[in-house]
Amino acid sequence: MEKIKQENIRNFSIIAHIDHGKSTLADRLIEKTGMLTSREMQEQVLDNMELERERGITIKLKAVRLVYKAKDGNEYILNLIDTPGHVDFTYEVSRSLAACEGAILVVDSTQGIEAQTLANVYLALDEDLEIVPVINKIDLPSARPDEVKKEIEDIIGIDCENAPLISAKDGLNIEDVLEAIVKYVPAPKGDPKAPLKALIFDSYYDSYKGVVCYVRIFEGTLKPGMEIKIMSTGKTYEVQEVGINTSKHVSVDKLEAGDVGYVTASIKNVKDARVGDTITDKNNPTKEALPGYKKVVPMVYCGIYPAEGEDFNSVREALEKLQVNDASLVFEPETSAALGFGFRCGFLGLLHMEIVQERLEREFDLNIVTTAPSVIYRVTKTTGEVLEIQNPSNLPPATEIASMQEPIVTANIMTPSDYVGAIMELCQNKRGKFLNMEYLEEKRVVLHYEMPLNEVIYDFFDALKSKTRGYASLDYELKGYEESELVKLDILINGELVDAFSLIVHKDKAYERGRSIAERLKDVIPRHQFAIPIQAAIGSKIIARETIRALRKDVLAKCYGGDITRKKKLLEKQKEGKKRMRQIGSVEVPQEAFLTVLKYDENK
Amino acid sequence: MMKINDLGTTYRSYFHMEDKMKEISIYIHIPFCIRKCYYCDFTSFSNLNEKIPLYMNSLKTELELYREKLLAYSIKTIFIGGGTPSAIEGRYIYDLLVHLYKNFNLSKDMEITIEVNPGTIDKEKAKIYKEAGINRVSIGVQTFNNRLLKSIGRIHEVEQIYESYKLLRKEKIENINMDLIFGLPNQTLEDVLFSIEEAIRLGVEHISHYSLILEEGTQFYNLNKKGKLNLPDEDEERLMYHKATEYLVEKGYSHYEISNYALPGFECRHNLVYWDLLPYLGIGLGSHSYMENKRFFNTSNILDYIEKLGSKLLPIEGEEIINKSTEIEEYCILGLRKIKGIDKNEFKKRFNVEIEDIYGDVINKHIKNGLIIDDGRSIMLTKKGLDLSNLVEVDFLK
Repeated sequence: MEKIKQENIRNFSIIAHIDHGKSTLADRLIEKTGMLTSREMQEQVLDNMELERERGITIKLKAVRLVYKAKDGNEYILNLIDTPGHVDFTYEVSRSLAACEGAILVVDSTQGIEAQTLANVYLALDEDLEIVPVINKIDLPSARPDEVKKEIEDIIGIDCENAPLISAKDGLNIEDVLEAIVKYVPAPKGDPKAPLKALIFDSYYDSYKGVVCYVRIFEGTLKPGMEIKIMSTGKTYEVQEVGINTSKHVSVDKLEAGDVGYVTASIKNVKDARVGDTITDKNNPTKEALPGYKKVVPMVYCGIYPAEGEDFNSVREALEKLQVNDASLVFEPETSAALGFGFRCGFLGLLHMEIVQERLEREFDLNIVTTAPSVIYRVTKTTGEVLEIQNPSNLPPATEIASMQEPIVTANIMTPSDYVGAIMELCQNKRGKFLNMEYLEEKRVVLHYEMPLNEVIYDFFDALKSKTRGYASLDYELKGYEESELVKLDILINGELVDAFSLIVHKDKAYERGRSIAERLKDVIPRHQFAIPIQAAIGSKIIARETIRALRKDVLAKCYGGDITRKKKLLEKQKEGKKRMRQIGSVEVPQEAFLTVLKYDENK
Repeated sequence: MMKINDLGTTYRSYFHMEDKMKEISIYIHIPFCIRKCYYCDFTSFSNLNEKIPLYMNSLKTELELYREKLLAYSIKTIFIGGGTPSAIEGRYIYDLLVHLYKNFNLSKDMEITIEVNPGTIDKEKAKIYKEAGINRVSIGVQTFNNRLLKSIGRIHEVEQIYESYKLLRKEKIENINMDLIFGLPNQTLEDVLFSIEEAIRLGVEHISHYSLILEEGTQFYNLNKKGKLNLPDEDEERLMYHKATEYLVEKGYSHYEISNYALPGFECRHNLVYWDLLPYLGIGLGSHSYMENKRFFNTSNILDYIEKLGSKLLPIEGEEIINKSTEIEEYCILGLRKIKGIDKNEFKKRFNVEIEDIYGDVINKHIKNGLIIDDGRSIMLTKKGLDLSNLVEVDFLK
């Protein structure tokens, strides 16, 4: 392929709120640049995984190279770098933005800016990107492009006068977007002869090639056969292949400063080529790595157990396979008295956790039980020893604890002003500390709060959605640890402590949580032939109690005229239900019990 | 029309076969009703009377299509159920039975049952049933309380129960069952026991005492979902069952199946065929059959049924092959419905394996739970096990 000059390259991302049309716009750009025929186009080509498509969000980022002949007569290479669109993946977003010179900001003309969009715009501004606003969904009757433009100007302070008004769905005015990219996004700089400096903005494991790193070359040149060094680990590898992404990987003889492409070098594990790391030339290394690299650490933990004990190894294999492509997923074996052998897994956030759970069930066809998510608590013992606790069961007895700390986040909630009261009440309820409130415009505000992460991961998202009819959006980041009065809340079923239900909660919340969990368990655990007490306890003190009445009747009075099939269907249904039960002592607890206790209660 | 005489009995004595022959039972479904009851989800119609002659003809055709298979057996019981078999003219029943007697092998002591509803039977019908060889009648009494009868959508009143019963006795029907139902909306324990007392006072040989089942699609099911059904609570309902059982046993009726009670020697042989997992052929709309390691069932669409048979095709809608392990499962599930339970020797004889070798764990588990007893000869449900039999049976499924 003929080499296009650096000044004709444009590297950009698309920033958008979920549902505002990022993937659809990406499809259209790919279509318009003629890289793919319409027939080859899979709907939403950037979102590969089934799950992503269903949820309408992008989990793993990818890059694609488009060739565009602009109205000025020149041919341009447009490297589109996709970003994940969720609060759990802020770091990954920041690294893909770092690979670009510009970002298209897609705003839904019927909705306006949302909190996550804004958070990502700030990330882009931190990386000195040129922001190109695009107003989408103008085909809808409720579109209000002028208001939305003004909103963007007021909130972000960028000029929207020339912002393309488009409908990605209908393919309307897509050319304008391409022209704007060419016109407003600066060309990359960098010297192909300087020591190599390449940013890894994504990596994944391929069973033939090993780890495939998506890179942006800032300085120097990357070629097959070169010896490279990963700067954070110091490990060296020989480059096997470099290439670009069109609709598939196309190998090229080199990547130069300004280029976006991929590199393979027989790297065995994504952990050795983490997002944000810098690749350099082993024999002519750069002095400094690119800024911004950090090893992301899990914020949320939960236990994942096979529904049937014998599946333990299958769950381990599945987690190992997922981890190969997901450096931020961690796990280690643990045992639970109630659930047997399983794994304590760490995630970036709740969404990340849900995605992993769903993939285990869907892609690996596993039946799993998940325990309540927990954050990492810092416990100082009376001996002075400091522990990090991610599993409530490992909390030392209260008498040995001198003090405890919990992670605190700063949360930014963007909402129509009508819901401010409801949100403030909710945040207060969640032990939030009000920082301030900003009016973005007459009817939209951002509330800034400090909140314990353990409240955010409980049911805060659901509550927020429910209280604002889905209009509020949330973004948060870890602020640090603060001392807090925390207790371990235990649940006893039929007199037996079920460790999988144990939670660490603030002492003022314990009573309410205990009662709510006991009530829900009463509803989800089927009646047995004996009465089952359900108790919530702190230490040896019972704080709530419910009783599941004994089952008195479970009999089919009549076997209709030889219709045994009907009777058997009934029993088989019953049997199917039993399969999804965990035996805890003499009580059969359905798997959904472990989830139900976490769900937001509308009536609360 | 054939002259009415004692043809049925005559044919039967001519055609009965040797005892060694394999036996089978026949179920015949009559789907017509005067009107549909609020709790009923059987295949039945109250507005298709013009289809009766065609339907009755189709039944004969269906029997014909089974001729070859049936000739390998002798028939030991016949059960004409519904619907309301007594809602149609007696001559249809007579014709059909005579057709059976003429064409197939019959066992010596056949039990031939028909279901009737009070208010649909008169002297003529009773007489023709007797002449057709029917020797057992099951009356759909449900309750001896007019208020309750009305509230569940029955067309008869208590007075007609007595009348029907007398008519049948007059025609020398010597084996009469009454179907009673408990757990009805607004029914009290006194109501339940009163009905049983009345049945006993009349001197019936057999009582089926069913707990109300709310089947999807019935009026009661829908009303209950809207919370508009004042049903007795679970404790009250079980009290009705236990008190009724106690009372019946005290009066000499043996409790031989979850919902069935009989004076000595009057257990329903036809129903025992189901519970012993012996072969039966069901003909008519929506009927189920079990023979030659297969379960199969007919269409429930009457037009389909008539049309298929019009073209001499079997109206079978589905079938399931019963392999040995399924047969064992079903044998146990059905066997446990009988109060005397599963005879271990018979199990061994039939399946050539000890029941403990297959279900040892399950049996032990439920002995520990107090739901079954092993008396050395048989495995049977305890009193508590009868209330919770689904919990036991479900574990017998593989």
